[in-house]
Amino acid sequence: MIPGASKAAQTGWLSAHKWLLARRAAQLTFLALFLSGPLMGVWIVKGTLASSLTLGVLPLTDPMMAMQALLAGHMLESTALVGAAIVLAFYVVVGGRVFCSWVCPVNLVSDFALWLRGRLGLKESLTLDRRLRFWLLAGVAVGSAVTGAIVWEFVNPVTMLHRGLVMGSVLGGGAALVAAAAVLLFDLGVAANGWCGHLCPVGAFYGLLGRVAILRVRADGRAACDNCMECFAVCPERQVIAPALRGEDKGIGPVIDAGACTNCGRCIDVCSKQVFRFGTRFHNRVPAATDDVLQGE
Amino acid sequence: MADGKANMDRRGLLTQGLRAACGAGVLALLLSVPARRRAEAVALRPPGAIDEGEFLSACVRCGLCVRDCPYGTLKLAEPGDGVPVGTPFFHGRDVPCEMCEHIPCVVACPTGALDKSLTDITQAKMGVAVLVGHETCLNYLGLRCDVCYRVCPLSNQAISLETHHNERTGKHAILLPVVHTDKCTGCGKCEKACVLDEAAIKVLPHAQAVGQLGKHYRLGWKEKEKAGRALIDDNLQLPIRGMEQGLPSSQRTPNGGFKEFKP
Repeated sequence: MIPGASKAAQTGWLSAHKWLLARRAAQLTFLALFLSGPLMGVWIVKGTLASSLTLGVLPLTDPMMAMQALLAGHMLESTALVGAAIVLAFYVVVGGRVFCSWVCPVNLVSDFALWLRGRLGLKESLTLDRRLRFWLLAGVAVGSAVTGAIVWEFVNPVTMLHRGLVMGSVLGGGAALVAAAAVLLFDLGVAANGWCGHLCPVGAFYGLLGRVAILRVRADGRAACDNCMECFAVCPERQVIAPALRGEDKGIGPVIDAGACTNCGRCIDVCSKQVFRFGTRFHNRVPAATDDVLQGE
Repeated sequence: MADGKANMDRRGLLTQGLRAACGAGVLALLLSVPARRRAEAVALRPPGAIDEGEFLSACVRCGLCVRDCPYGTLKLAEPGDGVPVGTPFFHGRDVPCEMCEHIPCVVACPTGALDKSLTDITQAKMGVAVLVGHETCLNYLGLRCDVCYRVCPLSNQAISLETHHNERTGKHAILLPVVHTDKCTGCGKCEKACVLDEAAIKVLPHAQAVGQLGKHYRLGWKEKEKAGRALIDDNLQLPIRGMEQGLPSSQRTPNGGFKEFKP
C-alpha cells in the first residue's frame, strides 16, 4: 500500500501531497531566486547558500560555515557575522532542519533515492547510528580549529551541489555532479536515507537549532490514531514520531520536539485521521484531564 | 512455492548486485575527485586575498566575488583546477584581471578573505610575472616584440626594457623585458598578451616567483650606502720581509702584484 493512499481516497490526491508539493515548490523557488540573476539578469539573490546577498541589502551566511571560520581563527567581517546571526534567528523560529527539507538541494537527491528504493523494492540497508552526524559535526569543529581551515567545505555535498547549480558548472560534470551522484548511490545502495538521516553534519547543526525551534509538528489529534503506520513509512526521521504520538500514557506532550524532525510535513499529508498539524512548541502538555488528576493527588 | 523461492533468490541476487554496484560507484566517485588533475596553469587568487594558509580559514566559497567581477575573470575552482574546490581563482592566460579602480570583488567579499584594506589596485599582489621562456621570448631572440611591456598596466614600472648587446649579430641591441617584483600586481595581462603559443612570461604566486635571501645576508654596497662609508677598514699595507727595498718597479703591476707571479 502506498503511504497516503487512504488519505487520497478520502480527501483527494492533492490534500495527501499538500506539504510535499509546497516543499518542492519552495526548493525550486530558492534555486530560482539564485538563478534569475545569471540566467535573466534579474538579480534577486547573489552568491550561494554559503553566503549570499539578497536585493543588494540582506546578507545571509551559513552559520555552520561561520562557526568553522571562527574556530579556524579567522575573525569574520561584520557582513558575514550579521548574515549568520540572521540565518540562525530564522531557523530558531521556523525549525532548524527546515533548511534540510525546504531549502537544501541535496534533499531532492536523497528523496529521489528514497523514492527509487521504494520502487525497486530495496529493503536491505546498512545500519548506521543516527548519532554519527553529531560525531562528524564535532570532528568538523575540532578539525577546523586544528587545521585553521573551514574543513567541511572540502567535502560538503550541500554547497558543492548548490554551487554547481547556481554557477552552472554542474552542466560540465564538476564537483556538484560527483557530490550528487555519490549521495544518490550511497542512499540507494548502501544505506536508506544514509546521508541526510545519518551522516550530514550540516543537518546535525540545524538539528541542534531544532531542539529549541518554535515551529514544530504536533500530534494534537493523537487520540484518533489507528496505528496505520503510514506516518512512520514516510518520515525520514521516524524515531521522532513515536514519543509524541504514543507518549500520552507516559505523560509526554504532543509536540514533536526532537531536533532531527525536518518539519517536512509528510506525516501531516499522509495521515487520514488528521493527527498531525503544524504548531508551536508551546502548550506541550498532556490533556488537561490528566493534569487535573495529577493536581488532585 | 519452489518457483516463488527461486524468484526470491533471483531478486535477492539482483538487489545485492545493485547494492554492490552503488557502493563501488560511491568509491569510484570519491576517488575520481583527486584523480582529475588538469591544472596546466597556476591558479591565482583575486586581488586582496589574504595569505593562502589563512585564506582557507576565511573563504566560504560563496562566489560573491565571482558575481561582481565585471570581466568574468574570476571563477570558482572545480576538481583539478589546482586550488581547493569552490575557492575563487583566475588564470591570467585565460582572462586576466583588469584591475578595476574600485576593486568590486574585494568589496563583495563578506568574510574578509579578500582584505578590504586594499583600496589601491596598483598595490595588489595577486602574483608576480616571471619571464620563464628565456629561449623562446622574442625579445630574448633579439626581435622587437615588446608586447608584455606594452600591455602592462604599470608599464615602465612593473616591466621595463633593459638594453643589452646582441652577441649573435654583434651590432644590434637586445631589449630584455625585466619584471620589477615590488611593482608587479600579477594581473596577468602580460601572460595573456604574449604572442607565443605557450606564454614565455607567466604570473606565478609570489612565493614561487621571487627568491628569498637568507635573513643574515647583507649587501655590502647597500650597507656602505646606509653607513655613508665602507664598513671594513682599508687593506693593511704590510712590508714583505726581505723585500723592504722593493723590486724594481718594472716588475710590479700597478695594484701591487708581481707580473711574473704564477700560482
